[in-house]
Amino acid sequence: MSEKRQIIPVWFFVGLLLLIYGALIFMSGLAEWRNPSPTVLANLHASVWWGGLMVVLGGAYVILFRPRRSS
Amino acid sequence: MNYALLLPAERLVRLSTVDLAIIAIYFLAVLCIGFYLKRFAQSGEDFFLAGRKMTAWVAGLSFLSANLGSLELLGWAGSSYQYGILAAHWYWIGAIPAMIFLGIVMMPFYYISKTHSVPGYLQLRYGRAASGLSAVSFGFMTILMSGVNMFAMAKVMQVVLGWNIHFSIWVSSLTVGIYVASGGLFSAIFNEVLQFFLIWFGALLIPILGLIEAGGWRGLVARIQHNFPEQNFTHAWSTLGRFESNPMGMHWTGIVFGLGAVISMGYWTTDFLVVQRVLAAKDLRSAKLAPIIGSFFKMAVPLIVVLPGLIGLAVLNEHLVPESTLQPGQHSYNEVLPLMLARYCGPGLMGLGVTALVAGFMAGMAGNVSAFATVWTYDIYRPFIRKAATDQHYVSMGRWCTIVGLFISIGTAYMAMGFASIMDYVQALFSFFIAPLFGTVLLGMLWKRATPVGGFCGLLAGTLTAIGIFLSMKLDHDLVAVFALSPRAQGLAQDMYQALWSCLVCVMVTVAVSLATTPKPETELIGVVYGVAPIPMEENVPILHKPIFWGAVALVLFAFLQWIFW
Repeated sequence: MSEKRQIIPVWFFVGLLLLIYGALIFMSGLAEWRNPSPTVLANLHASVWWGGLMVVLGGAYVILFRPRRSS
Repeated sequence: MNYALLLPAERLVRLSTVDLAIIAIYFLAVLCIGFYLKRFAQSGEDFFLAGRKMTAWVAGLSFLSANLGSLELLGWAGSSYQYGILAAHWYWIGAIPAMIFLGIVMMPFYYISKTHSVPGYLQLRYGRAASGLSAVSFGFMTILMSGVNMFAMAKVMQVVLGWNIHFSIWVSSLTVGIYVASGGLFSAIFNEVLQFFLIWFGALLIPILGLIEAGGWRGLVARIQHNFPEQNFTHAWSTLGRFESNPMGMHWTGIVFGLGAVISMGYWTTDFLVVQRVLAAKDLRSAKLAPIIGSFFKMAVPLIVVLPGLIGLAVLNEHLVPESTLQPGQHSYNEVLPLMLARYCGPGLMGLGVTALVAGFMAGMAGNVSAFATVWTYDIYRPFIRKAATDQHYVSMGRWCTIVGLFISIGTAYMAMGFASIMDYVQALFSFFIAPLFGTVLLGMLWKRATPVGGFCGLLAGTLTAIGIFLSMKLDHDLVAVFALSPRAQGLAQDMYQALWSCLVCVMVTVAVSLATTPKPETELIGVVYGVAPIPMEENVPILHKPIFWGAVALVLFAFLQWIFW
């Protein structure tokens, strides 16, 4: 690499995007909990658990691969 | 130009505010990442090969994602609705053995020769003639594919979301242009890894919810048999004994020899678009592991591509039809994935699914454009136009080439609007160059007697054979029975046999001409041909870190899948 600066791992960006998307989907699922959208199997509230799963995985990636100052 | 495409269309889905926010965040994220990576892409090695610093996992996921575009997702989901589980062959026998072969057998030659591209390898092995022919045909194909990707995305966005076709083409291509010209292969690889996660998270809910609705795999099979009692959609091999006993009009010889031995081997081992990702690996072991890691995920892709097509067969009340017979109010095979998305995904999840499709299209464009920039700069511009320029000059040429390539792609996208069936022709065109290239590269790696003249003549003869067979089958349908062995062979089956003949001709001509011409001295073949010099051994690592071990595991898993779905 032509610079000494450390590149932020791609996994950090993956985690950040999953975290943001997961939070949006989770909150959207909660908002329509009582009045679900007219989709098949809406009673399973897929947005809530899928969004939650994304938040957990995204959060883990962000913490594990966050940029650190090199000593 | 087909002006019908510019008119407002009936849309399949409507997006909420949260869906639009998810799409907007994606565009913002890729642009920011592109700008961030610009500072790391200053030298030629950085810009064109991502500094050769990628780990096996990053290179492996990028290698897989370069092929996992939205055209692929939508097209194969549609093919699964049309042909059933036979479509999974393109993910299993049509990929796994070739990926393992690339990792274990071919990667050492690509990697230790320090080539930057597949035409670059041909330059080392056969000289300028074969390399130039392959570079020009590859450059032409990548630009065409990038434009077709762009057009396909715009068309899907119009049909699915009702977006203006020009808006989709320009916004997506400008975004891709900015981030690839900024970070080069770094940007392309980073976005491919992002796309990999988006596609899985965006599409995996469809098979999960679909199987719940259908009552599991047994319920799914029962429903399909009930809806289509005359067809067998759920067996991968048992219907391939005769051309007429499966919906594809395919025979097992076409799948095993045409797809498994030629098309797949050719695509996964010589198509520079995918091989470039592995060349970016940080060391030989990572380069060998990358395609093997990719093979495990490739085996799982039918979950999000083939299964939604099968679920469509089971749960949709309407019967989807081919594009060519589409009437108002009907939906085509290719719309099965968006239909499934609309069936199961509410606000938020819908935005994620659409973002996954957009990301797939954009990664497809980025992959093609970054590969084009490399091949143009290193395999056409440097050897034929300006030999001794500085590294900075070539990086600058790569950045400009990215922009120019995108504008040519936009032109190709507008051209594609005028031809309803251009996709079929592009797929066929793609196989013209890949099947003979595989013969040329493989003989070059394994047979030191292959000569520069033999390599060039074989590549040219194979390409002309594929084009000749394709044209003759189009002009005289009776010839389908001759070249594809049955008059019932459909488009995909025809492609398989066309590739098989073209590769055979390439190999025969290369061998014949090589035996009559002078080979290169062995001293010029060190590091590029098997048996001329020892291949570097891997360092002494535990068995769980050895590529050969994971290649064997992947093959066992592959065989197990064939047995389950026989």
